[in-house]
Amino acid sequence: MVAVTARTIVKRFGATEVLRGVDVHVPHGGFAVLVGPSGCGKSTLLRLLAGLEEVTSGEIRFGDRDVTGLAPRDRDIAMVFQSYALYPHLTVRDNLAFGLNLRKTHPATIASRVAEVSAMLGLDHLLDRLPRALSGGQRQRVAMGRAIVRRPQLFLFDEPLSNLDAALRAQVRVEIRKLHDQLGATSVYVTHDQVEAMTLADQIFVLNRGVVEQVGPPREVYELPRTRFVAGFLGSPAMNFLDNVQVAAGGLALPGGQTLAIRDSAQFGSALQPGRTVSLGVRPHDFVVRPDAPDLVVDVELVELLGPELQIHARLGGAPLTVCLDSQSGVARGDRLPLAVRALHLFDPATGLSLRA
Amino acid sequence: MSPSGQGRKVSLTESIGAHLLLVVAVAFALYPLLWVVSLAFSGAVEPTPRVLPVPLEPTLEHLRGVAFSTLEVPGEPDRWLFGLQLANSIVISLATALVGVVIAVPTAYALARFEFVGKEGGVRALLATQMFPAVASAIPLYIILDGLGLLGTRSGLVLCYATTAVPFAIFQLRGAFETIPRDLEEAAMVDGATRFEAFRKVVLPAARPAIAVTALFAFMSAYNEFVLAHTMLGREEMYTVPVVLQRYISEFSADWPKFAAGSLIVSIPVMILFYIAQRHLIAGLTAGGVKG
Repeated sequence: MVAVTARTIVKRFGATEVLRGVDVHVPHGGFAVLVGPSGCGKSTLLRLLAGLEEVTSGEIRFGDRDVTGLAPRDRDIAMVFQSYALYPHLTVRDNLAFGLNLRKTHPATIASRVAEVSAMLGLDHLLDRLPRALSGGQRQRVAMGRAIVRRPQLFLFDEPLSNLDAALRAQVRVEIRKLHDQLGATSVYVTHDQVEAMTLADQIFVLNRGVVEQVGPPREVYELPRTRFVAGFLGSPAMNFLDNVQVAAGGLALPGGQTLAIRDSAQFGSALQPGRTVSLGVRPHDFVVRPDAPDLVVDVELVELLGPELQIHARLGGAPLTVCLDSQSGVARGDRLPLAVRALHLFDPATGLSLRA
Repeated sequence: MSPSGQGRKVSLTESIGAHLLLVVAVAFALYPLLWVVSLAFSGAVEPTPRVLPVPLEPTLEHLRGVAFSTLEVPGEPDRWLFGLQLANSIVISLATALVGVVIAVPTAYALARFEFVGKEGGVRALLATQMFPAVASAIPLYIILDGLGLLGTRSGLVLCYATTAVPFAIFQLRGAFETIPRDLEEAAMVDGATRFEAFRKVVLPAARPAIAVTALFAFMSAYNEFVLAHTMLGREEMYTVPVVLQRYISEFSADWPKFAAGSLIVSIPVMILFYIAQRHLIAGLTAGGVKG
């Protein structure tokens, strides 16, 4: 178990700058999730931590040890790959024992560790099979087992669930978190799936175009996004944005002539100067039906039933808006829906930064 | 099962038609071969034109004549010439396969995995060497071997064969290495392997079918090669079997029964090799199943 610190990491591939001065700190035993869209540099950052790529500049420390220039094998890490990367010519047993064999661990120790891990992951009956005779879920487990069996200081996960079907993904996600709590090892996990990010992380690092846009516990990053990008990236369905909204006396002038009153204007400090143009963000789940004193009224265009909730596609003075309500709320196509807003976000249209004070 | 496949019965006429077609195709492929067998076992001196390749006056005389040919050296006991020649062929072909694979494996791996100055140029140059027929290099190779004092030796011929076997093997194996996911090596390196260990313990086993096929091709092309062998080897006891076989057919006479008998005998090592390698050959054909 070790704390991971990466300072001002820059990584260039030729002329392309993939990481532009990234700082990461994961405390001893922490579970950090690197999340972001394709090409944001999250996998590259993980590979730098693994030592599979060399940093262009910057420093990586595991605890008080500078590992920046060390080869992967000298870093005492384990990694679970997206493709699982099981050795195709070796049985499950030999796959699990591979790293221990390389380190010349005593055969009796290897046998007991393999037995322990295969019991933990339910792999006992598969030990003599080759990877090609395993299902996707089983391969994933072997990949996890191969990481666990070495008892490394740091676990690295590179989108380990993306090749599983939805049901299995949810199940393995829970197992990964349980294993982490059980083993207590520091983990860095890369995903583009925000559900994985939200559910697994102690700390989420949201990356965009080679920089960390925001770091924090999942709830904080979700509820108090620091940039418009973070606000739009986390949450499903994505946050609604209304651009070119004018700050008026007593609220925000919405498209279509309605005015949205801001109840807790103190949170935005001095940013709400009348006449200023802002971008307004409201999460689909932050709307509630309020027939008596609505904040705004929208026109319902389409209603989708998603089981427990309705996903409503509506228009507010021509601008599209997604609203999620309880499936019992009885909203139908063509309704004029009176809504109150529980929480709203304001962003500077030029910089994309949150206007929250 | 698809709806068209389900319950669709092949009619008897269709079945007979398909099998007839197959029989004709097989006969077409085997007919010349059967003639070789027939000739090898025929005692009749002049083969008469006929349809069915049945040996006339069956005999083992030609097989014996080829297999037990001897080299008479004045003052020494006779040496078993054909044995020597067959051994030449096998040794030269094995050596060619070995040299080809040993040089090509690291080269192909480097080409498949690393970026380095001159890589593209080097690959193009290698490709260019494949465009010329081997015969075109016969005279330069002759001069080089002569200069090295290797003319008429087995090692000299292996050197000649390597000039074509190595580039071919490099291309074959480069493709094979490229199909092996990098993740495998990276997983090994994270697990504690050096790059060389990752190569030896993970990449090489995964590439084994491709390496076996490549070695077999190198062996076969050396074993069957005639022009260079005929050019470089001067003495009878150094000949490889294609040269031996050719000598039964001369400008003024042709000993077809001996030629046929020789052909049969020299096919045996190849058949054995194919039998041993068939597991890898099939695995090689379905390569790509290496992904973990």
